[in-house]
Amino acid sequence: MAFLDIQHLEKSFGATRVVKDFNLDIQKGEFVSLLGPSGCGKTTVLRMVAGFETPSTGRIRIEGKDIVALRPNQRNIGMVFQSYALFPNLTVAQNVAFGLKVAGANRTDCDARVTEMLGLIGLGDLGNRFPFQLSGGQQQRVALARALAVRPRVLLLDEPLSALDAKIRVSLRHEIRQIQQRLGITTIFVTHDQEEALSMSDRIVVMNGGIAEQAGAPFEIYNRPATRFVANFVGTLNTFDAVVLDPGAGIVSLAGTPVTLPAPLDAAKGSTIGLALRPEALRLGRAEGREIVLPATISEVHFMGSVIRIRADAAGSRVALDTFNRADAPPPAVGSATEISLSARDVIVLRD
Amino acid sequence: MKQVWAWLALGAGLIYFILPLVGMAEFSLKMRRGVYSFDAYAKVLGDPKFQETFGYSVLMALFTIVFGILLVVPTAYWVRLKLPGLRPYIEFITLLPLVIPAIVIVFGYIRLYNTSSWLPLTGTATGTNILLMFGYATLALPYMYRAVDTGLRTIDVGTLTEAAQSLGAGWVTILARVILPNVLVAVLSGAFLTFAIVIGEFTMAALLNRPAFGPYMQLLGANRAYEPAALAVIAFAITWACMGLIQLVTRFSKHTRAQH
Repeated sequence: MAFLDIQHLEKSFGATRVVKDFNLDIQKGEFVSLLGPSGCGKTTVLRMVAGFETPSTGRIRIEGKDIVALRPNQRNIGMVFQSYALFPNLTVAQNVAFGLKVAGANRTDCDARVTEMLGLIGLGDLGNRFPFQLSGGQQQRVALARALAVRPRVLLLDEPLSALDAKIRVSLRHEIRQIQQRLGITTIFVTHDQEEALSMSDRIVVMNGGIAEQAGAPFEIYNRPATRFVANFVGTLNTFDAVVLDPGAGIVSLAGTPVTLPAPLDAAKGSTIGLALRPEALRLGRAEGREIVLPATISEVHFMGSVIRIRADAAGSRVALDTFNRADAPPPAVGSATEISLSARDVIVLRD
Repeated sequence: MKQVWAWLALGAGLIYFILPLVGMAEFSLKMRRGVYSFDAYAKVLGDPKFQETFGYSVLMALFTIVFGILLVVPTAYWVRLKLPGLRPYIEFITLLPLVIPAIVIVFGYIRLYNTSSWLPLTGTATGTNILLMFGYATLALPYMYRAVDTGLRTIDVGTLTEAAQSLGAGWVTILARVILPNVLVAVLSGAFLTFAIVIGEFTMAALLNRPAFGPYMQLLGANRAYEPAALAVIAFAITWACMGLIQLVTRFSKHTRAQH
């Protein structure tokens, strides 16, 4: 049985349904990300788990016990906010000790736990500072230590990295993941940043319009997106229209070239379907193991150091592909005619 | 040329405000014929009536401040957190004491809480003191509410509340350990204003017949020559000391130092 189990969760604000029939099982110690654009309902789901919003219908259970009726301060769920939300009047150590003192811990236990937590986040010597004396990254680490100090059953992270600059963001996401794995704490992470979700999670739930579009491991979400929205939202995608020639055999016509897809198609003969390919599935020129070759014209070249991102017009679409920089091969000229090759194995069939 | 006018306006203003004060202070020192002395001050400070009424008013001010904080901080907090739509109405209500004269309020009180009413507060000294404290709190409400509300605006009330809740804190803990300490400077400035109002208030104390400092000042003013001037200077000194304390507290509040 799942450790945290959300069933048929719905939330409406007035006439607007923000979360629609949301279901999710989370195992103990799992790191699950809710990924989606703003307004997709991911934060609302998190706030319902925390107890700050009451579901219109549905159940949230932890270890089999429904927690919907419990107040936020009775749930023993830790939360880290985008804006850090450290108590400005308390020092770092007092912030971390806050939850312990509320729970009535004695001074010795409290001090020991605070030292342990500050050691965990690598800020052992900053216990006497006030929050305003810390950088954003340090404040967010203190917020994490404060949430973890009370040994919560579940840790909720509400876009904790969004307010930080790019470099700190990358280092802190590794740090958060390491701490989470070391403590084995069940975690829900809300983000709109696909890179964060892909690099940190055991599982990702992609949300759109209040619905969970797809849930799966990062590898699965990226390589086997279930819907057109997921395919477009996660990663860069090249899309083509193709005409179905033989649905049973999975044969389609891509710009006049017959292509045999790895699986049969659930579409009528003669109908148009959407096919998609990641930039890394396309090669400039002919390549071994890539049986489909399409004529193309180079339209843009972006030299980014180790990688060259090229845009080309092929099969009626503008496609993006990446090649690694090589000192002996200069990037192709804009406007030059070339070929791009791909394999039917890498084609993603888009469903709406 | 512009600057000359500006200096002239400033000078005129200073003369308008300061000259009467200087005159009064000078007059208060002339009790002994021919020389400056603190005789009037000694007389006032040595008067047991002064000590009694001043002590009473200070005590009433402290009770009023505590009552005001207990009333205003949770109200302003709750309005900001849960009922932001009600803010204009609450603000309007807190402004009412500025447009309703104290005498109207106190007559209302006497009518409602006299000895033949269902709640005869004026029947005992304690009851009347409580009534007077309510009256003082009403008079101080516009200042107290505005100060606290402004203080609450500088912190993210919603998120801090949620952070405290997720750490297991209930409403009392949140108010006492998160909200109040963070609006303490604002609360203190409201408290000092309340103190100044209570110390100088005449109408309510006189009509409720309580031995407060305001009626004593009036009584002294009607019967003596030099002592009222000395008393006025003392009252000014107290008020200014309050203002100075507001500044001091603001400057020395540890966790907000970086923001100023």
